[in-house]
Amino acid sequence: MSVDTVSLTGWGRTSPTAALRFRPRTYEEAAAVVRGRGPRGVVARGLGRAHGDAAQNAGGSVLDMTALDRIRSVDAVAGTVVCDAGVSLRRLLATLLPLGWFLPVTPATGHVTVGGAIGSDVHGRNHRTAGSFARHVRSLELLTADGEVRTVLPGTDLFGATLGGLGLTGVVLSATLGLRPVTTSLMSVDTARAADLDGVLARLAACGDGTPYAAAWIDLLARGRSTGRGVVTRGEHVPLDALPAHARRTALTFRPGPVPSARALVPEGLLGRAPTALLNELRHRGTPAVRTRQPQRIPAFFHPLDSAPGWSRGRGRAGSVQYQFTVGHGQEETLHRIVRQLTVRRCPAFHAVLKRFGESGPGWLSFPAPGWTLSFGLPAGLPGLARLLDVLDEEVAAAGGRVCLAKDARLRPGLLAAMYPRLPEFRTLRGELDPEGAFRSDLSRRLVL
Amino acid sequence: MKDAFGAPQSLLVLGGTSEIGLATARRLIARRTRTVRLAGRPSPALERAAAELRELGADVRTVPFDALDSASHEEVLGKIFTEGDIDMVLLAFGVLGDQARDEEEPLSAVRVAQTNYTGAVSAGLVCAGALQAQGHGSLVVLSAAAGERARRADFIYGSSKAGLDVFAQGLGDALHGTGVHVMVVRPGFVRSRMTAGREEAPLATTPGAVADAIVTGLRRRSETVWVPGALRVVMSALRHVPRPLFRRLPVR
Repeated sequence: MSVDTVSLTGWGRTSPTAALRFRPRTYEEAAAVVRGRGPRGVVARGLGRAHGDAAQNAGGSVLDMTALDRIRSVDAVAGTVVCDAGVSLRRLLATLLPLGWFLPVTPATGHVTVGGAIGSDVHGRNHRTAGSFARHVRSLELLTADGEVRTVLPGTDLFGATLGGLGLTGVVLSATLGLRPVTTSLMSVDTARAADLDGVLARLAACGDGTPYAAAWIDLLARGRSTGRGVVTRGEHVPLDALPAHARRTALTFRPGPVPSARALVPEGLLGRAPTALLNELRHRGTPAVRTRQPQRIPAFFHPLDSAPGWSRGRGRAGSVQYQFTVGHGQEETLHRIVRQLTVRRCPAFHAVLKRFGESGPGWLSFPAPGWTLSFGLPAGLPGLARLLDVLDEEVAAAGGRVCLAKDARLRPGLLAAMYPRLPEFRTLRGELDPEGAFRSDLSRRLVL
Repeated sequence: MKDAFGAPQSLLVLGGTSEIGLATARRLIARRTRTVRLAGRPSPALERAAAELRELGADVRTVPFDALDSASHEEVLGKIFTEGDIDMVLLAFGVLGDQARDEEEPLSAVRVAQTNYTGAVSAGLVCAGALQAQGHGSLVVLSAAAGERARRADFIYGSSKAGLDVFAQGLGDALHGTGVHVMVVRPGFVRSRMTAGREEAPLATTPGAVADAIVTGLRRRSETVWVPGALRVVMSALRHVPRPLFRRLPVR
């Protein structure tokens, strides 16, 4: 098992802290690290895609789970897979798709581990119909503070605390996931341009269950009447019989594209307002008003950013922050207000995505709640950004909404209780399960979880 | 823990009555700081400063700390760190001294040097070790533009700051990659209690402006900060002025 002292950050490259990183190759090695932990505790880390500080532990230990990456078995009858927590969703798809299985919930990148997907209770573009990752976890093996491994089943308190629990209940060692059958690796995609935010909301609201995957990219730099204009993308799996005979032989191919190289730093000026506004303009104009039934391979539809070259992720020396919030149906006014504030401030936001959420799942600290969700990234060096996001926090909390913790790097801790009503239960369970505070992360310290 | 914008949740000010230190504390309390420890020699001024910060909503405690008593630093400062993580240490103690008097009385010059340099070396190393054990933190050291090059008018003060400056730079290099960030702040002439009555130098600044620069520097994870920014270029030019000419520049 390799051990080294490293400086770790999240995907946004903010708040670096140093920790002792262990990379266990077996469950026993992981248990040994947990039992032999130091005074500052231990936290599990996957592929480091959390934007903030959820997977780092200053002065303590970090368990890099990526060496525990075996796919143990696939049950074709029950439609389940048993795999280690360090398996990436991308690898899982690459293995399962040729067998005719797909993950019911996949987030915007395939480079997250199963453990990370559980700890963040990730969601995709089909939350209305498929819920979050938690809904499809049949069981999981959790390594708790005493060094023992427990089987956690849905419907229990520990399950509710662990899904979305950001690794603070223990280390997920393996999980059994439910799958959905597919007959091709193609998606049928409809895109439509919307002239303003109301247009986007109307098109998203009109999506029936026929196109389960729906999301809108919105232009947060468009002003005036075009505020919140965007492109609504909807998709559904293409059934085998919709393919011409010659294409049916290769129906289930999965070619995700090369793994992107190391990120290069890009001077902030390159991603300032003017270039971003220009790119947004091109994207909006370049999209036809309506286009239906475009075939797209699964990697291109679900994980387009994964094959983008490394340079596109550089955000300057200060890094970037991701802000994702949700407000209920009926709070469209808050959504409009927030979009207007971002637009008026000319924030060079990137990856601004608007989706609808359906019913929430069992996770106590899970982010999705019924309503609308908007997520975007901004360069951390933007002057006045800290105050702007604090103001947005207040608006979201006042509207009864919440901010996503798995992506958070700067939320004001005082608002946490209002956003997550099950927080006291979470704290109580952690107090009983882990009285010495074995599982701690920078995020848990910052937000006093 | 610091957030993504470098705002700390807990702050330790060494030199609890420093105007720059208090201006910085006020700004940080407006952001995320909830816990403040003001370390300094016990005095009514220290208690007043603590009370003012308490009114802003922070949990403030004063800690008896004497920069000149290096032997006590490990114990006094160590105790603060055992109570909980300290996200940022602001090394803000220092005395200006009186150049004319100090030249006549070497012992008072020694006092200036010991407060500004030796005391800071001791306190800086103790804090650096504690921050390193935490795996995170910022150490902000208040140096001075006067340390850039010795001037006849204030070389006792200037040299003590020069020593502090180089010490802090080296410490920053030593802590690189440990999660601890060292930032050296070089203000020009600061209009404050300490410089009251002195003739103002060009490119003068205020404690508030220095505090703003510190907050910005934390966000950018800067390693050296000049206040005002133009001073960087001015001092760089002055450093290359030939000595006979430099000696004859107006004394300020």
